[in-house]
Amino acid sequence: MKQSLFEKRYEADWQRFASLLEALERGKADGQTSLGFSAEYRRICQHLALAQARGYSSHLIDHLQQMAMRGHQQFYRHRSHLGASILSFLLGGFPRLVRAEWRSVTVASLLFFGSLIAMGVLVYLFPDLIYSLVDPAQVSEMESMYDPDARRLGRFGERDSGDDWMMFGFYIMNNIGIAFQTFASGLLFCLGSVFFLLFNGLTIGAVAGRLSEIGYGETFWSFVIGHGAFELTAIALAGAAGLKLGWALLAPGRLPRGEALRLAAGKSIQLVAGVILLLLIAAFIEAYWSSMTYTTPLIKYLVGTGLWLLVLGYFLFAGRQHAPD
Amino acid sequence: MPLTPSVASSTPARDEPLDTRFHVETPEGIDLVLRPASLVPRALAFTIDLGIRGVILLVMFVVLGLFGQLGMGLGTILLFLVTWWYMVLFEVLNQGRSPGKQLLGLRVVHDDGTPIGWAASLTRNLLRFVDILPFGYTLGILSCLNHPAFKRLGDMAAGTLVVYREEMPARPQLPEASPLRAPFPLSLAEQRAMLGFAERQAGLSAARRTELASLLAEPLDVPAEQAEAQINGIARGLLGPV
Repeated sequence: MKQSLFEKRYEADWQRFASLLEALERGKADGQTSLGFSAEYRRICQHLALAQARGYSSHLIDHLQQMAMRGHQQFYRHRSHLGASILSFLLGGFPRLVRAEWRSVTVASLLFFGSLIAMGVLVYLFPDLIYSLVDPAQVSEMESMYDPDARRLGRFGERDSGDDWMMFGFYIMNNIGIAFQTFASGLLFCLGSVFFLLFNGLTIGAVAGRLSEIGYGETFWSFVIGHGAFELTAIALAGAAGLKLGWALLAPGRLPRGEALRLAAGKSIQLVAGVILLLLIAAFIEAYWSSMTYTTPLIKYLVGTGLWLLVLGYFLFAGRQHAPD
Repeated sequence: MPLTPSVASSTPARDEPLDTRFHVETPEGIDLVLRPASLVPRALAFTIDLGIRGVILLVMFVVLGLFGQLGMGLGTILLFLVTWWYMVLFEVLNQGRSPGKQLLGLRVVHDDGTPIGWAASLTRNLLRFVDILPFGYTLGILSCLNHPAFKRLGDMAAGTLVVYREEMPARPQLPEASPLRAPFPLSLAEQRAMLGFAERQAGLSAARRTELASLLAEPLDVPAEQAEAQINGIARGLLGPV
């Protein structure tokens, strides 16, 4: 069949398909007109194959190729039901994923919490050690923030809702930024994640040890215990996601490095999504609960312990009853 | 990910022309052809996006500064959104195009040619943090220049490609000539070359047309100055009656 005859015969089909594509691309297609889309899309693909096999002109082939491409974009779109998938991710997918990635999660937790506790104890025993890590201006700033006397003078007591808002924004920006860095730098053969896990662990440990040692322990611990459950876990998980990325490059197994990285990144980014949720919760608690002053430290400790148990229980037990999907 | 089309190898066979096109084989058994965008258009698109973000932040801080601490809080959240989510939101919600990419005619797609989703977009944009290292996108540039499909590290991990957006070409007018039969059987490639020459007439100067056509004077068995008309006639003949 000559090309011009071929074009004449199917011109109307192509135009119909093109207008359907346009409607779909603008999101204005209704279900009724789109019913025949898959059949028409396959016909375009067939015409393209025919045109190529018969050596028709480049213009016609390019034209069909572009329509096939646009059809492909519509046909194979990944439509996700965001609301439902977030809920099922929270109820089962996330804790299951954390348990499935227990190796990197364990390593990251050991690096982070290990360095945190070790540094805390060391600074408690040898107070001057903190200056090897944190510069003196920051140390005194930290001290004034958790000074029990300053608190009684109303430093936290005078916070109004605008103040809470400001802190909420700051915590989101700061903490999620740190989590993202900890994750992304894992691509550098794990080195970045290890660095950020250790650096954050050591700094937090040093500050905690210092404040306990100079007698500000109660203000500090009652402030951090609540949101710490979410925030510290989240940082450790972000590190785990980064380690998984780097490990895929270091030890790709039987896959090419690029492929191993792509597969690992798919899992890691889900961990990061969970981390974002955890940090949003943490920022909320930190801005609205931890900063409240009309509860006694005892209640803060009780609630904080409850939250830690909640987080641990969530990662250990949630989602076990569902079949893994 | 439902129905993943298999991705054909991006390395062309030895006899194929040397180009950067990226072939994706679909379940329908045809090859989609994507044209990956290289460093320069991507860098320009990024610069435009950077400028837009700068302007947004500037305006935002001036306006929100009037609202005191509530404004500060909102400002920090917005700063966070603009820093980490600007690209992701635009790419997912605007068919793979941030404003910069839109201006440069680029878009982001998955390796299999499907529109980019949340997970891939978040991956490639979070890993931007590594591409920037140690300064001024050094790692990203090196990776981009080394990869056959110009991927930076974030693209490799996310399995995404930055490609040129397809534009429908205008219908070329074949020159008037009386249809001729080719003096010998043409292979498919030769047939397409004949048609291609006729279709691209408008874009070539007369001298260049004569020069190209005269290459075929000998096999077509015509004097060099008639070769062009001969080829146009053969193209007409191949195309069929209009």
